[in-house]
Amino acid sequence: MARKKKKAEVSGQKQYKKRSIAAEVWRNYKKNPSAMIALVLVVIIVFVAIFAQFFYDFKKDIVKQHIKEKFQKPSAEHWFGTDNYGRDVFTRVIYGTKYSLSVGVVAVAISCIVGVTLGLIAGYYGGFIEDLILRFCEVFTGIPSILMGVALMTAFGQSIGVLMLAIGLVYAPMYCRTTRAAVLPVRDQEYIEAARVAGVGDLGIMFNHVLPNALSPIIVQVTMGVASAILCASGLSFLGLGVPIPMPEWGAMLSEGREFMRDYMYLTIFPGLAIMITVLSFNLMGDGLRDALDPKLKQ
Amino acid sequence: MARYIIRRLLLMIPVLICVSFVVFFLMDLAPGDIVSQMAPADATPEQIEMLREEMGLNGSVLQRYGRYLWNLLHGDMGTSLSLKRPVMEVFIERLPATLKLAFASIVIALLISIPLGIAAATHHRTWLDGSSVVLSMISVSMPAFWLGLLLIFAFSYKIKLFPSGGSGSFKYLILPALTLGTEQAGNLTRITRSSMLDVIRQDYLRTARAKGVSEKQVIRKHALKNALIPIITVLGSTLGNAFGGAVAIETVFAWPGIGRLTVAAINSRDMTLATGCIIMFTLMLNLTLLIVDIAYAYVDPRVKARYSK
Repeated sequence: MARKKKKAEVSGQKQYKKRSIAAEVWRNYKKNPSAMIALVLVVIIVFVAIFAQFFYDFKKDIVKQHIKEKFQKPSAEHWFGTDNYGRDVFTRVIYGTKYSLSVGVVAVAISCIVGVTLGLIAGYYGGFIEDLILRFCEVFTGIPSILMGVALMTAFGQSIGVLMLAIGLVYAPMYCRTTRAAVLPVRDQEYIEAARVAGVGDLGIMFNHVLPNALSPIIVQVTMGVASAILCASGLSFLGLGVPIPMPEWGAMLSEGREFMRDYMYLTIFPGLAIMITVLSFNLMGDGLRDALDPKLKQ
Repeated sequence: MARYIIRRLLLMIPVLICVSFVVFFLMDLAPGDIVSQMAPADATPEQIEMLREEMGLNGSVLQRYGRYLWNLLHGDMGTSLSLKRPVMEVFIERLPATLKLAFASIVIALLISIPLGIAAATHHRTWLDGSSVVLSMISVSMPAFWLGLLLIFAFSYKIKLFPSGGSGSFKYLILPALTLGTEQAGNLTRITRSSMLDVIRQDYLRTARAKGVSEKQVIRKHALKNALIPIITVLGSTLGNAFGGAVAIETVFAWPGIGRLTVAAINSRDMTLATGCIIMFTLMLNLTLLIVDIAYAYVDPRVKARYSK
């Protein structure tokens, strides 16, 4: 009876500790006002990206031209004005959220799958394999991301899928390095050895024991990675190599608006603001997460 | 130290060969080729084939890469297919513009970020600190080419102070350098601030103050010098990237730099020029990083001691 009670106590304690990891991160995160504002903005942006397509019709509201209404200044009817084809800029910016965000998220997912796996292998096995992977990363980080993006987009053709793939591959070495650096201190811990003694295979150890313990820098990198991916995508679109027209991608809208900048500056201001607010939100969220995950680092 | 430098220089060779391989193959995958673009519209298939042979573009991609690499290892980067001039000559012609922009922007970035980062750290948790954090966050979150467009609108369309593009006198340099410098300043300010905050809590600063060293001297001589290593690291990669990564800014300001040259070469499927430019760029980036590593030794005697072992 007494033993049973003791057991219950122990498991109760365990449960308390288990819950407190996520809860503590959230408690720390909540204390940071700018991070909370960023979180709210990110939620709104994700919401807009998912639901804008149900409110607007792509053919009717986004690409259809109304030449008679072209170049109208921002007003109550057209909040952000209309462009050179008479299309409502506000609608296009709102609708465009989905392109920028999906490029950011999918590109980061690709970077993660490639980079984290390679980083995990490099950090876990060490030696020759580690050297090989790190040299490989060096080759890709030696080329500036935007030029590499241009080369990849030219090689595989211009489409949103290729854009995601190109940005994903360009940034993968960064995830590889972060993961490797995070894995190194974990690799020699006793619990890894214990798992090995217990007969867990290499793959099992890497994904079930090493990765969860090396996760916090990767989480931060992912959040900020969405921000840099969106920036890189807008840069490529601006150079005419991103999402093909007439899709209302922000970078492409900026590039189109640039021609009429002298007289109709609002055409470039609003898509740029949209990019900035989105990127800023993800960056601030990443900053907040970093502080929340590791309170020691907080200055 | 000399051995270390030679080792690093030798290690660059395989990296550069891999870069040339990657770029060459990507360019080969790209649809459309330069021969059919350059051949006259009424050329027969035989004539196109002859032109291809003349330009050295016959054979499989491996054969062509083999020839390219052979020449490259002999120091010959080939002739630009579209401009009909040696790649090296074209590259060197564009180099001064790129260097001018890169160094001018770094100077601006340093002038903004070092004082701001130090002030933020010494006035920790005040409005000054807060606004430096917000400003640097905004600067890293802004598409730099967009800032360039805003500056053109303000300073060349509204107030006719600077030209909106092109290159020539000093006046042409200001807006692009300001744009690139602001983008770089964000990251540098953040790193200066956090690195200074790390140092400011150290015991040796307290000792210096206790000895009666003036606050100015404490910050300048004792704190900043110790906080310099992370700042130099970021500075190096920032400068390295400014050599070829500022394509969008070069485009906005019609600046005749290497970045734009490379993108133009890729667009016209000019394999030799594109590969050559990217190889040279990678070389410049790696050399910058090497100089940064050497600079550590001068800043930090502890690092120097490690080399001489």
